[in-house]
Amino acid sequence: MKKNKLMTVLMAATVAAGLLTGCGSNAADTTADATATDTATDAATDEATDAATDEAADAAATDTNADLSGSIAMAGSTSMEKLANAVAEAFMEKYPGVSVTAEFTGSSAGIESLEGGSVDIGNSSRSLKDEEKAAGCVENIVAIDGIAVVLDPANTVTDLTQDQLVQIYKGEVTNWKDLGGSDEPIVVVGREAGSGTRGAFEELLGLEDACQYANELDSTGAVIAKVASTPGAIGYASLDAVDDTIIAAKLNGVEPTEENIKAGSYILSRPFVMATMGEVSAQSEPVQALFDYLKSDEGKQLIQSVGLITVD
Amino acid sequence: MHTSIFANHKNKSIVEIIAHIIFVVCALVAVMAVFAITAYMIINGSPALFKVGIREILLNTKWAPAAAEPHFGILYVILTSIVGTFAAILLGVPVALLTAVFLAEVAPKKLADIVRPAVTLLAGIPSVIYGLLGILILNPLMYKLEKAVFAGSSTHQYTGGSNMLSAILVLAIMILPTVINISESALHAVPDHLRSASLALGASKIETIFKVVIPAAKSGIISAIVLGVGRAIGEAMAITLVSGSSVNAPLPFNSVRFLTTAIVSEMGYASGLHRQVLFTIGLVLFVFIMIINLVLTGILKEKEEK
Repeated sequence: MKKNKLMTVLMAATVAAGLLTGCGSNAADTTADATATDTATDAATDEATDAATDEAADAAATDTNADLSGSIAMAGSTSMEKLANAVAEAFMEKYPGVSVTAEFTGSSAGIESLEGGSVDIGNSSRSLKDEEKAAGCVENIVAIDGIAVVLDPANTVTDLTQDQLVQIYKGEVTNWKDLGGSDEPIVVVGREAGSGTRGAFEELLGLEDACQYANELDSTGAVIAKVASTPGAIGYASLDAVDDTIIAAKLNGVEPTEENIKAGSYILSRPFVMATMGEVSAQSEPVQALFDYLKSDEGKQLIQSVGLITVD
Repeated sequence: MHTSIFANHKNKSIVEIIAHIIFVVCALVAVMAVFAITAYMIINGSPALFKVGIREILLNTKWAPAAAEPHFGILYVILTSIVGTFAAILLGVPVALLTAVFLAEVAPKKLADIVRPAVTLLAGIPSVIYGLLGILILNPLMYKLEKAVFAGSSTHQYTGGSNMLSAILVLAIMILPTVINISESALHAVPDHLRSASLALGASKIETIFKVVIPAAKSGIISAIVLGVGRAIGEAMAITLVSGSSVNAPLPFNSVRFLTTAIVSEMGYASGLHRQVLFTIGLVLFVFIMIINLVLTGILKEKEEK
């Protein structure tokens, strides 16, 4: 009787273990599938990512650093989501022993997590504040992001001067007819206080605390959606979030393109910071490897592939 | 070899004791959660009150938390929550109450069997869906209305339809199921002899409903309304999508921010004192909800004493 029971338990355990392994490999398969479909369906920019990751895979085969193991946790800016995910994916392919996790909690929350020691890298889509630097955070600028001024697709005014933009956001100009457009009220859309994009936008235009927002939305996607669906709306968003549902306005006659931002002729751009506690050289091996990777040609290619501009 | 709980007295009493302990622990989890949340809200919400000043937070209207010289006035936010909730109740309760009367008193059984599941379904729709529908349907309509109302105005700031009115309409619809369900049970609980007596005295069916049944179900209906208030004041997701989320006075065509949406929209990027003030807003909301619950408990107690 007892022996029988023991047998049953053993068998059950074996079956359970079998099921578990089955589940495990299935899960892995589906993830791989999902990634494959994602990359396949995504826009042209991702082809570059593909190329980058392929190269990374090739390199990994020969690279002795492939034995590197450990984990990197980062948290922070939602604006940096695309970059962080792309870096995590490509880096993990190059160093299979390292696991990179990224959370998107907001720039300040990310730096707070870094100060609290729960992450290795705090992502911030603005320069670090003095008190954050005083707490020991080091500002490592890994890329530059352009901010696009977005207009609803029916708008006939597609070129704004810096002064006009300032007047619109201060509420001094309230109708497009005053700027040579049709008789349509201007709906001024922006981001919530504390947002990195808003901070950068207001700082770059000298508009701190002077903006008269009709809508303060809490994500880039919400701004794009609101502007796309509202006649006469104007908003701002990361350059890489620009799609064909809206118009990205020229500023002072300059198109919001990478070349123009690099050349310094486009006025709205901001740094993407991957902050660390202390200098990069004092970090764990995987973290150092990540920064080396970002500085490598592959890393630069990756940064460009997500619509950002490399430093130096 | 069988070890069922019926085996013998000793085993049985052990099972009894263990079960008893498990029940107590489970009951304590809920109580502990309430105490922990209360303590947490007070500990996190009060420091900013003293740092910024109670008057400076509660009675000031300027909200500029990330400015070089920050202002943390949430008076407009508090007023928006109060006015918005009140207006939603004013719009939603009559509709809900009449629906409940319809379901409980008037409707033929077949029709009631169609309406009742529809109401239940309404209660089950996630609030983000209300918000999305608000963006797609309500906001464009509101923008047309806004343009018509303010045609020629040079001072009005156009919101693209994301305004107080949109939020109120969404809230009014969202409280319907809560108020309908509880009012309907209250109406059902009115004993039939009251109706019979009224009808026997020559009152019509409508007179009976409005002069006998509804007054008899008064306390139940009031608790339905209070629960509706609780639902409306605590809602965040749906209205954050339709209200425009700028801090302004609670006027119909202004883009406004509620207590809930103030927390939701800025928590992600807030730091330092700004973050603490968001906790203070949470504390204010918490106090509001507590007051509503106390009122509700009061009403229910009164009902029992009757």
